[in-house]
Amino acid sequence: MRRPSCGSKKKRVLETGPAPGAVAPRRARFNDAQIEMSHGAGGKASRRLVEGLIAPAFANPILAALSDAATFSLGGRRVATSADGYVVRPLRFPGGSIGELAVNGTVNDLAVSGARATALMASFILEAGLPSDVLRAEVEAMAAAAARAGVPIVGGDTKVVEHGLCDGMYISTFGVGEVDERLALDPRSVRPGDKVLLSGPIGDHGITILLARGELDLEANLRSDTRSVWPFVEALLEVCPAGLRWMRDPTRGGVATALNELARDSGLGILLREEDIPLRREVRGACEVLGLDPLHIANEGQVIAIVAADDADRALDAVRSVTGGEGACLIGEVRADHAGTVVGITLYGGTRAIDMLVGDPLPRIC
Amino acid sequence: MCLAIPGQVVEFHADQPALVKVDVAGVRRNVNVGLLEDGELVLGDWVLIHVGFALSKVSEADAHEQLRMLRAMGEDELAIEEVRGYSFADDGERR
Amino acid sequence: MTMKYVDEFRDPALITAVAQEIARTVDPARHYRIMEVCGGHTHAIYRHGLHDVLPGNVELVHGPGCPVCVLPTGRVDDGLAIAAQPNVVLACFGDMMRVPGTKGTPLELKARGADIRMVYSPLDALKMAQDNPRTHVCFFAIGFETTAPSTALTLLRARELGVRNFSVFSNHVTIVPAMRAILDSPDMRLDGFVGPGHVSSIIGCRPFEFVAQHYGKPVVVAGFEPLDLLEGILMVLRQLRDGESKVENQYRRIVPWEGNHAALRALATVFELRPYFEWRGLGFISQSALKLKSDFAPWDSEVQFEVPGVRVTDPRAAQCGEILKGVLKPPQCKLFGKECNPEHPVGALMVSSEGACAAYYRYASTELRVEEEARA
Repeated sequence: MRRPSCGSKKKRVLETGPAPGAVAPRRARFNDAQIEMSHGAGGKASRRLVEGLIAPAFANPILAALSDAATFSLGGRRVATSADGYVVRPLRFPGGSIGELAVNGTVNDLAVSGARATALMASFILEAGLPSDVLRAEVEAMAAAAARAGVPIVGGDTKVVEHGLCDGMYISTFGVGEVDERLALDPRSVRPGDKVLLSGPIGDHGITILLARGELDLEANLRSDTRSVWPFVEALLEVCPAGLRWMRDPTRGGVATALNELARDSGLGILLREEDIPLRREVRGACEVLGLDPLHIANEGQVIAIVAADDADRALDAVRSVTGGEGACLIGEVRADHAGTVVGITLYGGTRAIDMLVGDPLPRIC
Repeated sequence: MCLAIPGQVVEFHADQPALVKVDVAGVRRNVNVGLLEDGELVLGDWVLIHVGFALSKVSEADAHEQLRMLRAMGEDELAIEEVRGYSFADDGERR
Repeated sequence: MTMKYVDEFRDPALITAVAQEIARTVDPARHYRIMEVCGGHTHAIYRHGLHDVLPGNVELVHGPGCPVCVLPTGRVDDGLAIAAQPNVVLACFGDMMRVPGTKGTPLELKARGADIRMVYSPLDALKMAQDNPRTHVCFFAIGFETTAPSTALTLLRARELGVRNFSVFSNHVTIVPAMRAILDSPDMRLDGFVGPGHVSSIIGCRPFEFVAQHYGKPVVVAGFEPLDLLEGILMVLRQLRDGESKVENQYRRIVPWEGNHAALRALATVFELRPYFEWRGLGFISQSALKLKSDFAPWDSEVQFEVPGVRVTDPRAAQCGEILKGVLKPPQCKLFGKECNPEHPVGALMVSSEGACAAYYRYASTELRVEEEARA
C-alpha cells in the first residue's frame, strides 16, 4: 500500500515494501456467529472482527493501514484523526475516571501517530436515571484532562437511553491533529537491530480497574496511569525524528498485543528481555496472585516506540527527562529471526513466545 | 494445577478468627485459615495461598536450608572448575 | 522489588548452578523421559524457558494434572445445563470460562444471556448466595486435592450458616489413580516423575510410594519456581544414576511428608470417592473423583438439579489422550495450531492455560515447535 502523497516540501521518501526476508502478514477472517466480549478485548478476536468484517466493508487505502489513527492528506497537510469509545466499569477508579480515559485515549492515539491533538469532540450516551452529579464530575474531569493535554473539546453529541442500558454512561471521543512532517511512522520502516523503548511500568491501569470492580476482594495501592503521552512523543521528536520508526500506546491487550501486531505487520521478530521490563511491585503481586501476565494488561499512559539503534540511548534519555518518564526503559530489539512473533528472554536465558491475547485476561486458579 | 503463592500475615480479625489478612507484594486479601492447625499463626508468618485459603505455612528454616545447600553446590562447582584447571595445567590432559 | 519465597527460587546464579549439575549428572548415552505430573509445572517450565536450560537428552513429558483438561465435555454440558435453569447463577473459576461444552463455552453462553459469573474463591460463591437469597448459586468445583479442601470448608460453612440457596457441582479428581493409569499403560516409557507440589501439600508424599515400590520409578515432589523444578529434576536424575527408586520431597518448605491433617479431615467429612469417573483422554478410572456425601445432599448440585449426564466423546482427530499419557507432544497432534488453537480449541488441552497444548502454544518459541513437529 502506498501512502497518499502529501505535497509538503519536507516530505520524506518512504521505503515501500517489507524489510528483506520479512514474512508477509496473513489477514484474518471473521466467521463468528455472534459478537462476544472477546471481540472488544483488543486481542486476536478484536483483530479478526476489524480485519474480517469491518475493514473489508469500508475498504479504502487510508483504512488499510489499520493503525491507531488514520492519516490522510487535507489541503496539502498530513492530518491524523482518531476515534475511541469508553465503556469502563466502574466509572471512577483510583487515578482517574471514564472521562479522563476518553480524553487521554484519543490524544494518545494521535500522539503515537506523530500528531499533536488540535481539537477533540465528545459523544455521550447516558443512561436515564444517571445522577447529574456523576455526569458533572465526568465533564469536569474531561475539561481538566483536556486542559492538561492542551487541546480544546470543540463539540460533540449527547443521547439518552433507557434505564438499564449502557452502565451509566458511555463516552466516545474523536480527535484530529497534524502529523509532524519529519515522521514516516510505518511498520515496514522497522529494521532488524532497531530498539524497543517503553515509557514506564506496565499493567497499572488494567490491574487498578480489576481491583476497583471489587469482585476479587483484593486491595492494593495502585492507580491508573491515564495521562497524555504527547510529552514523550515530543521529546522523541526533538532528538530523533528520523530514527523513529513506529509507536503505539499499548491499551487493551497490553504490550504483548501491540508488539505482536507490529511483528505481524512488519514481518520481523521482536525480542524482549524480561528483566528489563518495568513493573510496579503491586502489579507484579496482583498478577502472581491471579495468574495474569503483565504483558497482556491494559495501559492508558504509556508509549512503546521503535527507534533506530543509533538513536536509542538518546531517545531513552529524552523520555526519561520528561516528568513521568523516569521509568522509561529499553526493553528489547527487532530481529530478522522469529519472524512475525514476539519472543521473551527469561532471566536464565531461556526463551518463551509472548503471544497475543485471545480475549480478556482471566484470573486463574490452576 | 494449583496456582498458589506465598503471602505474609499482616492482620488478624478479632471478630472473624477464621480470616486473616495476607500481603503479597503489597496486594492484600483476606484469606481463610481453616485448613491450618489451630494456633499456628503469628503476625509476620508466611502462608501459601490458593483460592482464598491458606494451604500451609511456609517453613523459613526449610527454605533457608534448601537455598544454603544449593549455594554450596554452586560453590562446589566453582571448586571443581578450579581443580579441573589445575589438572589441565599439570599434565596437559583434559579431565 | 522482591517477592519473598519467590525470587530466591528464581535466582539466575542458582539456576545455572543446578543446570550445570544436571549436565554433569546425566549419562550422555542415555535418553531420559521424566513426566511432570502437574499442569502448573508444565506452565512453569515453558513460562520460564526452562527447557532451554536442560540438556537435550532430558525430555519432559507433560502429565494429566490439569483438572480442566481432563474434564469431559459432557460434564461441562451438565454444568451449563444447571446454569440454564431459572434463577440459577453458575459461579466458576476463570479457568473454566473458555472450556468448550457442546453448545459453547461458559463465556459464550454468558454472552447469550446465561447468568455465569467468575469467582476467585468458593467462599465468594457462598457469599454471592448469601447476598442474593432469591437466586440459587451453583459453584462449579474443579481441581485436584489442592483445591478440594477449600470446597469442603466452604460446604461446611454453608451448612453451619444454614445457607440453602447454594450448591456445589463437584468435579474434583484425585491424582494417584491417573498416575497409576499412566503407569499401567502399555505405551508408557517413563523413567521418573516430578510430583505435584501443591497436591502434596494436602496429601503428603506417602501416596506416591507405590510408584517407587511397585513400578520402580523415582518420584520427587517439587515446587513451582524454576529452582524448585530444576532441583526436582536433578533429584530424579540422581536416583536414576544411582539405580534408586524412592519418593523424595524437594518442596520441604511447604510440603509435610504426612500431608495436611486438617485438610484431609475436611475432605473425609464432606466427600467420598465415586466408584468411577470419566477422564478425558484416559477413559473411566475407578475411585478417582470426589462426590458429596449423602448428608450434604442439600448442597449437592447433582441431587438438587437434573443434569443430562450425556457422554460426549472427543473428535477422533484430536489426540488429547495420547498427549495426556505422554505418548505424543502437542505439535505432533495433527490439529495442533491449525484447527485446534487457543481461540478455537478442539480439545481442552488447548484452552486451559496449563494444558500441555496451550502452554506449548503460548510459550514454546516457534523454533522449538518446528523441531518437535519434525520429530513426529
